[in-house]
Amino acid sequence: MAKTPKPDELSKINYTPPQSSWIDTPTELKEGYWCYGAKPKNLEILHFPNPREWRVQDEDWKLPENWQEIILEGMKERLDKYRSFKVFMDICVRCGACADKCHFFIGSGDPKNMPVLRAELLRSVYRGNFTAAGKILGKIAGARPLTLAVLKEWWYYFFQCTECRRCSVFCPYGIDTAEITMMGRELLNLLGLNTDWISGPAANCYMKGNHLGLEPHTIVGNLSYMLDDIETATGIKIEPTFNRKGAEILFVTPSGDLFADPGTYTCMGYLMLFHELGLDYTWSTYASEGGNFGFFTSNELAKRLNSKIYAEAKRLGVKWILGGECGHMWRVLNQYMDTWNGPADFLEVPKSPITGTVFENTKTTKMVHIAEFTADLIKNGKLKLDPKRNDNLKVTFHDSCNTSRGMGLFEEPRYIINNVCNNFYEMDELTIREKTFCCGSGSGLNAGENMEIRMRGGLPRANAVKDVVDKYGVNMVANICAIDRAVLTASLDYWVPGTKVTGVHELVANALIMKGEKERTTDLRGEPLPGMEGNE
Amino acid sequence: MPTIEVDGKNFEVDEDGYLQDWQEWNENVAKKMSQDDGIELTESHWEVIKFLRDYFEKYQIAPMIKILTKEIGKVMGPEKGNTKYLYELYPAGPAKQACRYAGLPKPTGCV
Repeated sequence: MAKTPKPDELSKINYTPPQSSWIDTPTELKEGYWCYGAKPKNLEILHFPNPREWRVQDEDWKLPENWQEIILEGMKERLDKYRSFKVFMDICVRCGACADKCHFFIGSGDPKNMPVLRAELLRSVYRGNFTAAGKILGKIAGARPLTLAVLKEWWYYFFQCTECRRCSVFCPYGIDTAEITMMGRELLNLLGLNTDWISGPAANCYMKGNHLGLEPHTIVGNLSYMLDDIETATGIKIEPTFNRKGAEILFVTPSGDLFADPGTYTCMGYLMLFHELGLDYTWSTYASEGGNFGFFTSNELAKRLNSKIYAEAKRLGVKWILGGECGHMWRVLNQYMDTWNGPADFLEVPKSPITGTVFENTKTTKMVHIAEFTADLIKNGKLKLDPKRNDNLKVTFHDSCNTSRGMGLFEEPRYIINNVCNNFYEMDELTIREKTFCCGSGSGLNAGENMEIRMRGGLPRANAVKDVVDKYGVNMVANICAIDRAVLTASLDYWVPGTKVTGVHELVANALIMKGEKERTTDLRGEPLPGMEGNE
Repeated sequence: MPTIEVDGKNFEVDEDGYLQDWQEWNENVAKKMSQDDGIELTESHWEVIKFLRDYFEKYQIAPMIKILTKEIGKVMGPEKGNTKYLYELYPAGPAKQACRYAGLPKPTGCV
């Protein structure tokens, strides 16, 4: 594994582009920038083509002999199938408005990480093979042939884009660069070229229902340890149900919450909130993944992995579905699920059993985001809260790319935080809401071996965090995404050490006054509450 | 595929040195891996490794850190049931280093 340079070294970024034109500048696949290639066993599980042992650093990627034909056929098929892909290949005027909006460009200075140029890597091949001008004029018309070097360049850069869509906000044409990256990755997958950090979780999800490969008894076991900790902190014993037919609500959350800190504390927050409400809900050990690493692979695989959520809702006979704190999960649920696997006409339009609020905005998907659900509870005065319990925290909120740009969820998490915490500070307005910076490692890039590019991509977000740390003494970054919770923990530790990361529902649970609770002396992490130091 | 040699036998490992097949593991594999890192395995190290392997056999995944600390605390005493203690034993992190010595694969996903 490549050694990651220290922050003071990494922050010296060279923005001077090379003298030669991009098309004549060869791409070197630098260690610390790419992830390991997909393992054959994972591709086999997913029924993906060309499973074999291969190494990114080797010359020979063991491709089928007719690989060019496969890619061009695949491209043709997708140009016919997806109108957006065709439009995005044609309409860019290369104005450059997107160029400096990408966290990977800002953090690396590599011109091929300008979204316009990253897309050009694909467009140049499109022009050479699918446009008259490109076929006749070649390089003058911005066309180039599909060579092995081009393919490797695609691999390198389409896995250096987190599909965050910040650049799209600034594009005068509204070109969705994430969709270009998605098409690039789909094409690469036709040759068995995925990363193992993506194909591994996707295979786990296909086999066992979630990315981590947690089996039913493991899920129950993990939650039982969390329930023990809740009992220690509150004196309250909670007994959730699993795979229960006839429950009113099915709850689905990313499996990271069931395994990795600090997501486990967010998960404890869900458990405590639902218990306090007396919510008639069930966990599922089958639909045990809200996230979707298939989405970082191909639309077909994303659809396949997503299908179990509606299937389980139908099997259990629930009325509607509640979803936990995750980022890309919500792009899939909000923008794809109902047309991929719907209509979910066996479900009802979600209605909060506590407040009576009907979530009209989820009429087609039948799936409510927990931030909407909880904000509605607070708005209707249904929760007893003591925000002083979070007084040791100075909190800022990191908008996840997909809940902000993919579904416009801006106010609800802020409304919740402001009701459960007394000290909330916004980061710079150019780095939040629809202009939010990516955590730096979304879309399946949160591996260990590509740490240098992860830290580079995480710099813009970390820099905005540092600003509020310096100005207001912020010590906690709240978010509503499992990848954020894993990724920001690493990147803030690197760039802004001492700053911690939390899900919003951990903050909720700390402040939540529960019926019959003992005097609370610690938070969910077992740390003393403000004023209780030396008391635990 | 890379391999490590232990007692004249080659064991297949992944790019980061994790054993490909956890069932092939034996104690000398853990000893070899730790020697390469300049760490001498004590009884305390073995407690962790033993727990990890027992857990993996039942659950097909490494335990979450909360479980590891609590269970080690039960065996080794409450003052040792915390991440600080585990990091003292395994400076590169219990999830990574201890799992590697125990022959387990590394967890992937939103972690």
